[in-house]
Amino acid sequence: MSPLAHRIGAARAEGRAALVGYLPVGYPDVNTSIAAMTAMVEGGADVVEIGVPYSDPGMDGPVIQQAVEPAVRAGVGLRDVLRAVEAVAAAGAVPAVMSYWNPIERYGVERFAADLAAAGGAGAITPDLIPDEAGEWLAASEEHGLDRVFLVAPSSTDARLASTTAACRGFVYAASTMGVTGTRATVSDAAERLVVRTRAVAGDLPVCVGLGVSDGDQAAEVAAFADGVIVGTAYVRRMLDGTGADGVRALSEELAAGVRRRAGVPS
Amino acid sequence: MTTSAVHPPEERLEPARPTWPDATGHFGVFGGRFVPEALIAALDELTEAYEAMRVDPAFLAEFAALQRDYTGRPSPVTEVPRFAEHCGGARVLLKREDLNHTGSHKINNVLGQALLTKRIGKQRVIAETGAGQHGVATATAAALMGLSCTVYMGEEDTRRQALNVARMRLLGAEVIPVTTGSRTLKDAINEAFRDWVTNVETTNYVFGTVAGPHPFPAMVRDFQRVIGDEARGQVLEREGRLPDAVLACVGGGSNAIGIFTAFVPDDGVRLVGLEAGGDGVGTGRHAATITGGAPGVLHGARSYLLQDDNGQTIESHSISAGLDYPGVGPEHSYLHDIGRAEYRPVTDAEAMEAFALLCRTEGIIPAIESAHALAGAMRLGQELVAQGDGGRGGEPPLLLVNLSGRGDKDVETASRWFGLGDREHVEPGAGMDTDQQPTDGAVTSGDAVRGQDAGSQA
Ligand SMILES: Cc1ncc(COP(=O)(O)O)c(C=O)c1O
Repeated sequence: MSPLAHRIGAARAEGRAALVGYLPVGYPDVNTSIAAMTAMVEGGADVVEIGVPYSDPGMDGPVIQQAVEPAVRAGVGLRDVLRAVEAVAAAGAVPAVMSYWNPIERYGVERFAADLAAAGGAGAITPDLIPDEAGEWLAASEEHGLDRVFLVAPSSTDARLASTTAACRGFVYAASTMGVTGTRATVSDAAERLVVRTRAVAGDLPVCVGLGVSDGDQAAEVAAFADGVIVGTAYVRRMLDGTGADGVRALSEELAAGVRRRAGVPS
Repeated sequence: MTTSAVHPPEERLEPARPTWPDATGHFGVFGGRFVPEALIAALDELTEAYEAMRVDPAFLAEFAALQRDYTGRPSPVTEVPRFAEHCGGARVLLKREDLNHTGSHKINNVLGQALLTKRIGKQRVIAETGAGQHGVATATAAALMGLSCTVYMGEEDTRRQALNVARMRLLGAEVIPVTTGSRTLKDAINEAFRDWVTNVETTNYVFGTVAGPHPFPAMVRDFQRVIGDEARGQVLEREGRLPDAVLACVGGGSNAIGIFTAFVPDDGVRLVGLEAGGDGVGTGRHAATITGGAPGVLHGARSYLLQDDNGQTIESHSISAGLDYPGVGPEHSYLHDIGRAEYRPVTDAEAMEAFALLCRTEGIIPAIESAHALAGAMRLGQELVAQGDGGRGGEPPLLLVNLSGRGDKDVETASRWFGLGDREHVEPGAGMDTDQQPTDGAVTSGDAVRGQDAGSQA
């Protein structure tokens, strides 16, 4: 069975949403970023999205750009990412690689799939790859038993929601607001509407929500209607403000408590 | 007009629309859509509206009227015999896109996309710009059609093309200097995409070249092909034959596709794209994407790009802001791979030499971008004549060069390169000697010196 769906299903069985945390490899350096991912897991993350640094992160806001730029300049690549995959698996969470498409295409799609599977990775999330262009990745992920997570958006038509979720394995990523990554003061009601529309066509596939969640209260709000809560920018901010692994662990603890309570129920 | 009895079927007057891309925007393995799902609905809407519009007689009439009355089309073809003396004996015809309103070919595309913006009912346009010509053209069309306009421009480019920043602001556009990454065109495109995905409900992205996700490469080509459609007819009319080669500079590739498209079915006509060779392809400081790059994905499409082993985009370098881009439109990658077009690098020094020559021999100040095509013509002419081929029946070879823009915006850069103006004395760069005469062959023979502070300009 899909490792991502399995873990998110286990959270559901506990009556809660899963916590999915994102950090890029290589900020401020590879070892420190991997230590922070381990701390993220210790604090309670179920799944770690391991970010591949990329020179042109068109979907990311200023915070993530700021962390990724030095990693790109330092030459951090998929080899380092695979080390992070092993570390996250060893820490007890499910590792999934988050990558813009070109680094994977350059590495070789088949080679990436083989190496990711060998490192214990569950699969990959590809924010600028739509299933229509993913033929080679669909085949390679099938061959190596990897999950593949595509995105849906509030602007997706019902037909696209259906075809995209059909191509996903593990979960479907509901990018809840139109825009780039970054924390937002409020969770938009577009998120819940998108989740409802996606569930209608997703069958058993878990639906996780990302873009904008920054604290325990927002996590609780999203947990009320989604199978998983994805948090990126807020973690990256801990790295940028220098609180590092301790800051990341503390944020995980807050968010993990958040996904265990439901919105409106005080902690 | 020549008749088909005299000139065989290859010279028919209305060349067809290419059979590529396919319905999902693929030129062979190139092109497609590599964008976040959030943009797919907007791209689908654009594609659908464009497909309806491009065969709508009312639109075609409106577009043609704007091109005639506002842009000043058709642009003339000018023979440049004094310049051609430096092209080995070939004859050279210039397609004068520099004479268009706003000073370059960019207006052709922008008027089409602005009409499309109105058709889909959006009030705001955004654009990226490198040299500022596309930004100026977009700001112009927005003013004309009452749209609000925001232009993203790399901070580095706002400095080297300050004149165009002022023009855009005069036209009522908001210019946002981009300070991320290399602070040039590639980063301006990233920022424009980020704006678009956030404001897509109200905003249309007027893309400036034949790159980006489907439908931009095909749509921008269709709007720019007027250059070649006109030029093919004009050359046939005045010469009674087709040119031996058609040359154009290639940044993203819109002026090149614009002049190539009509000639693609004419197998006997060589299509030559000139890429920015910067300090030389061997130095790694260049923007010669097809010559020095490899296939990959950037800015929404698969195409050649300058990238490292990790798939990171490598920063490009060129004295010309409009060619300083590490990617290229997918149709060029396709034309290259099927062998229908060839792509060659031209260094900064070669381009500036050609720039000076055209100024001094013909009284035409070209855009530095276009000077790359002129330098390509100098070299190709010399090659063809040396090989004793290219022409027909003993006639000299006939070269058609797309003069994509005029050089007003480049006066500052050129003055520095050549050590002109009243600033502190600098050694003149390649292309002029100390008496400010244009030199011929200094670059190719290795005698040329680089402008003293040209490197910091580029
Ligand atoms: C005069 C001129 N020519 C050429 C270019 C390069 O663009 P493209 O390759 O799309 O024609 C530019 C871009 O700014 C330009 O201003």
